[in-house]
Amino acid sequence: MLAVSMPYWFETLIKTVVVLGVIPTMALMLGYVFLMKMMSHMQSRLGPMDAGPHGVLQLVADGVKFLQKEDLTPANADKWVFAAAPLLVLISTFLLYVVVPAGPRLVVQDLDVGIFFALAVSSISVIGVLMAGWASANKYSLLGALRAAGQLIAYELPLVLAVIGVVIQAGTMSLQGIVRAQQHGAIFGFGNLGEPFILTQVVGFFLFLIASQAELTQTPFDMPVAESELVAGYMTEYSGFRFLFFFMGEFGTAAALSAIAATLYLGGWYIPGVHGLAADVLGPVVLITKMMLVAFLIFWVRFTYPRFREDQLQAFAWKYLIPLALANIMVTGILKVAF
Amino acid sequence: MEPPPSEVSRLSSADTPTAEVEAPDEAPVDTARQALVDRLASELGDALLASVIDKGDVWVRVRPDAWHAAARACRDTLGMDYFCFLSGIDWMPSAAPNPEVADVEVEGAEGDDAEAPPEPEAEPEAAPEPAAAPAVAADGWTTGVAGGDTRFQVLLRLYSTATHLGITLKADLDDDDPRVTSIADVYGGADWHERETWEMFGFGFEGHPNLLHLYLPSEFEGFPLRKDFPLLAREVKPWPGIVDVELIPESLEAKLEAAAGGGPAAPESSEPAE
Amino acid sequence: MTAVTDRQRLAYVNTQASEARVNVELQTEDMTLNLGPQHPATHGTLRVVAKLDGEQVVDADVVCGYMHRGYEKLTEVRTYPQVTTLINRIDWLSSFANEVPFILAAEKLMEIEAPPRAQYIRTLFFEMARIANIGLFLGEMALQVGALTPAFYAFRDREFVLNQIEAATGGRFHPNYDRLGGLKDDLPKGWIAETQAVMKRIREFCDELEGLVAGNIIFERRCRGVGVIPAEIGKAFGVSGANIRASGVDWDLRRDEASPLVWKDLDWKVWTHPDGDSFARYWVRLQEVRESTFMVDQMLEGLPAGSIQAKVPRIIKVPAGEAWVHTENPLGEMGFYIVSQGGLGPFRCKIRSASFNNVSVLPWLLKGTYVPDIITILASLYFILGDIDR
Repeated sequence: MLAVSMPYWFETLIKTVVVLGVIPTMALMLGYVFLMKMMSHMQSRLGPMDAGPHGVLQLVADGVKFLQKEDLTPANADKWVFAAAPLLVLISTFLLYVVVPAGPRLVVQDLDVGIFFALAVSSISVIGVLMAGWASANKYSLLGALRAAGQLIAYELPLVLAVIGVVIQAGTMSLQGIVRAQQHGAIFGFGNLGEPFILTQVVGFFLFLIASQAELTQTPFDMPVAESELVAGYMTEYSGFRFLFFFMGEFGTAAALSAIAATLYLGGWYIPGVHGLAADVLGPVVLITKMMLVAFLIFWVRFTYPRFREDQLQAFAWKYLIPLALANIMVTGILKVAF
Repeated sequence: MEPPPSEVSRLSSADTPTAEVEAPDEAPVDTARQALVDRLASELGDALLASVIDKGDVWVRVRPDAWHAAARACRDTLGMDYFCFLSGIDWMPSAAPNPEVADVEVEGAEGDDAEAPPEPEAEPEAAPEPAAAPAVAADGWTTGVAGGDTRFQVLLRLYSTATHLGITLKADLDDDDPRVTSIADVYGGADWHERETWEMFGFGFEGHPNLLHLYLPSEFEGFPLRKDFPLLAREVKPWPGIVDVELIPESLEAKLEAAAGGGPAAPESSEPAE
Repeated sequence: MTAVTDRQRLAYVNTQASEARVNVELQTEDMTLNLGPQHPATHGTLRVVAKLDGEQVVDADVVCGYMHRGYEKLTEVRTYPQVTTLINRIDWLSSFANEVPFILAAEKLMEIEAPPRAQYIRTLFFEMARIANIGLFLGEMALQVGALTPAFYAFRDREFVLNQIEAATGGRFHPNYDRLGGLKDDLPKGWIAETQAVMKRIREFCDELEGLVAGNIIFERRCRGVGVIPAEIGKAFGVSGANIRASGVDWDLRRDEASPLVWKDLDWKVWTHPDGDSFARYWVRLQEVRESTFMVDQMLEGLPAGSIQAKVPRIIKVPAGEAWVHTENPLGEMGFYIVSQGGLGPFRCKIRSASFNNVSVLPWLLKGTYVPDIITILASLYFILGDIDR
C-alpha cells in the first residue's frame, strides 16, 4: 500500500481513523450541497444563510445541537437493542468505505471480492433498521421497519444483478480491478481515453441508481420513513446523537453508494492522461467529483417525485427492475462471449 | 380606485337593479316550490303542520312522529338527494338574556338618533310579510318561520342537486324529553349532524347507530347550545358590544349622503366613539 | 341509496367479525393505529383511529373536536358586525369567503343589497380567496403524497395573492372586509394592474403543477382509484364542492343559486370529473383555480364604478325572521342559517361548514383501504380543521 512500512496495528489504526473521518465529512458535504442548498434553490428559496458563508457551517451547528440534546429512550423500549440499532446502521456505512478505491494505491483494503463485500455489508443496515423499529415500541416505527425490511430486501436483488453486468465485463470483482478495466478501450476509435462502463452498461447504471435510491429509502422509495404518514418511521423515537447516527448513516451511505456507482460505471478515480503519483494525488478529487455527479442524480430525483405506495414499490422491483436486470446480464454475457 | 373611463357609463346610480331582476324570477320559482310543498303534503297528510314559502325558500313543519317519513319522502318523492345539515333551535329566550344587549340597544339607538339624520331604511318597513311573521308560542316566546308549539325544534335542510331547490324541515320536540327518530339510515351524513345536535341540544335520536360525543369530551355535562346553558366567558367579562359598535367613517358618510341625493352632510357634532 | 345501507350493514358485520376474530386463535390480531391529533397528515388536530389488519384498514373512526371553539354559541352574544370577525376563523385559508354567506344572509333578512361595485369586489375577493386556498392545496396534496417541492411552489405563488388581499383589505389571512350593505374600503390605486399580473402568474403556476404533479406517473398511480366516492353516497353525506364535482355531479352554487354576487355576469365553466377518486379531486381543483383566475380577470375589467356601501342604520338591528344563504366556498358548500328576533345579534346562527360534511364520509370511505391511502384520501378530501370544528 504505502511506501513507508509500518506495523500492522498502526496501519489499521490509521485506516480506521481515516474512514471514521471520511463518513461525517461525506455526510456533511452531501447534506450541505444537496439537502440544504440544491433543494432550497430548486424550491425557490435560499436555505440556511447565517452559519458561515452561505450557511456552510449549518450542518456543523446542527450536529453540535444534536449532541447537546437529551438522549431520550421510550419507557417501553428494549433499551439495549434501541441503543445498538443506530450503531449497526453506521457500521454498515463504515464497512462500505473500506473497499472504495480513491487512487491507484489509495484504498483501505483492496479485496478480491470487493464489490461483493460492499453489497454484502450494505445489507447489514436492514438489521439495524429492523432493530430500531422493533425496539422503539411504537407502531409507526414498527410499520416503518417492516416496510423497510421488505423494501431493502426487494431492492437488494436489482442492485446485485445490475452490478453483475459490470463484473462480467471487467472479469473481476475487485473494485480496483474494475477501475483498471475501464482504463483501456477506445471510444469511437480514440485510444487512451479509457472506456467507462456507463457506455456499455447504461441500463445497469440506471438500475443501480434506482436500486440504491431504494436502499437509501429516499423518495420516491421512502415509504419506510414517509414523514407525512409514518412520521419518519423507524426513526420516530430517536433523538439527539442517536438520530445523528441515522442521519450520518443515511448520507454516508448515499455518498458511498454514489462513489461505488462512480467506480463501477464512470471509471472511479481515473481520468485519461493522469498516471503514477499524479493519479494518487488527483484520484480522490476525481472520485469525489464523479461521486457528486451521481449523488446529484439521486437527490434530484428525491426532491422531484412523490413516493410509491408499498405495493407499487414491490411490484416495480419484482416486475420491472429484476427482469430488466436479468435481461441485461444475459445480453452482456452473450456479447462478452461473442466478442 | 378610479374606474376606467369606458366603464363610467356602466355606473348605475340606483341601488335597485336587483329588485327588478328578482320580480320576474319570483313567480316561477315559487310555483316550483309550491309544487314541492303540495307533493309533500300529499305524502304526509295531516302530519304536515305548516308550510311557508318566502324569499325563495321553503319551510315545512311536520309532526315529530312523521320526521323520518318526511325525510324519506323528501328523498324519494321530492328528489332531495343532497343532505345539507341537521341542527336544532332552542326557542326559549335566553335565561341570562344578555341584559347589556338590551341596554346598548336603547342607549346606542337613542344617542345615535339624536345626532344622526333619520335613516329611512332602518324603519320597520322591513317587517316581513305576514306569512313569515314569527309565531308566538303558547308560553309567550316567539318561534320562527312556520311556527312552533314547543321550546325545541329540530331543523333539517335538504337540497336537490338536479332542480337546485332546497327545503327546510322543522319538527317541534317535547320540552322535557326532546326526541325524534334518527334519519341516519336515510341520509348517511345525518350521522354526525345528529351526534352534534345530540350533544349540543340534548335531543335524542332513536335508532342512531352510535350516539357518542363528537366535539365535546365524553364526560361533558350539559347541552351548550341550549339557551339556559351559561356562557362563562360572558359571565366573567362584561359584554364588549358597548364600546365596539362601529360607526361609519364620516368621510364615507358624507359620500353616502351625496350618493343618496340627500341634503348636506350630517352635523359633525360628535366624534365617533373609539 | 340502497348502496349506503348495504355497505353500512356490511361494514357493521365486518367489524363484528373482526372483533370476534381476536378471540380465535391462529388469527392475526388487529392493530389499532392512531393517526393524530398531532400528525402531519391531518394538518391540524384531527384524529383518525384506524383498526388495521396488516396494513389494511378494517375499521376507521374519525375523532374531531380538538379545536372546537363553539362559534354557534358565541355568535349569540355578539352583534352582527362582530360576528364576521369570528367567522373569519372558520376556514382560515379563505377567510373572506366565510364572511360572504353570513353577510348575505343578514342582508337578506334586512332586505338591503350592496351596490354593484361592492358586489363585484366581493366576488373578486371571494375568487381570490379560492385561489389562495386551493392553490395551497395543490402543493399540499403533493406534499402528502411525498413530493416536497410543489408545496414550496404553492407557498411561493400563494404569497402574491395574499399580498393583493392584504393591500386592499389590510388583513392578510383574516380580512374582515365585508360590512352589512357593502365593504370596508375601496380598492387602492394601482391594485388592478398588479392583480392582473398576479393572476397571470397563478396561471403559470397551474401549468407548472399540471406537469409536475398531475402529470407525474407516480402521483397518478397513488391517486387513481383511491378513495372513490360514488355520487349518490357523496350527496347523501352532504359532500360538496370540488369533492362532489369530482364524482361527476355537475353542481356549483355559484352558477346554480340565485345570488346577488356577480358570477352570473361572468363567462366561466364548471369543471367536473367522472371518476370520483383522489386524482379526480385534485384535477378538478386544479382546473378551478385556473378558472378562478379568468373570473378575476373578467371582474377586474368589468368593475363598475359607484358607491361601495348601501345605506344602513348606524346601529344594525336585523328584522325578525329566518334566512339561509349558502355559497360555493373553496372547500365546498358553506351556509349560514340565521334566526333573528330583531335584536342586535343573531338569536341562533347555524354554521354549515363544508369540511364537516366532507369529512363525515371518511369512516365509510376508509374501510378496506391501506394505510398509505389514508393519507392520500385525507389530503384529497381537503379539509381545514377550523372548518370541521367551528
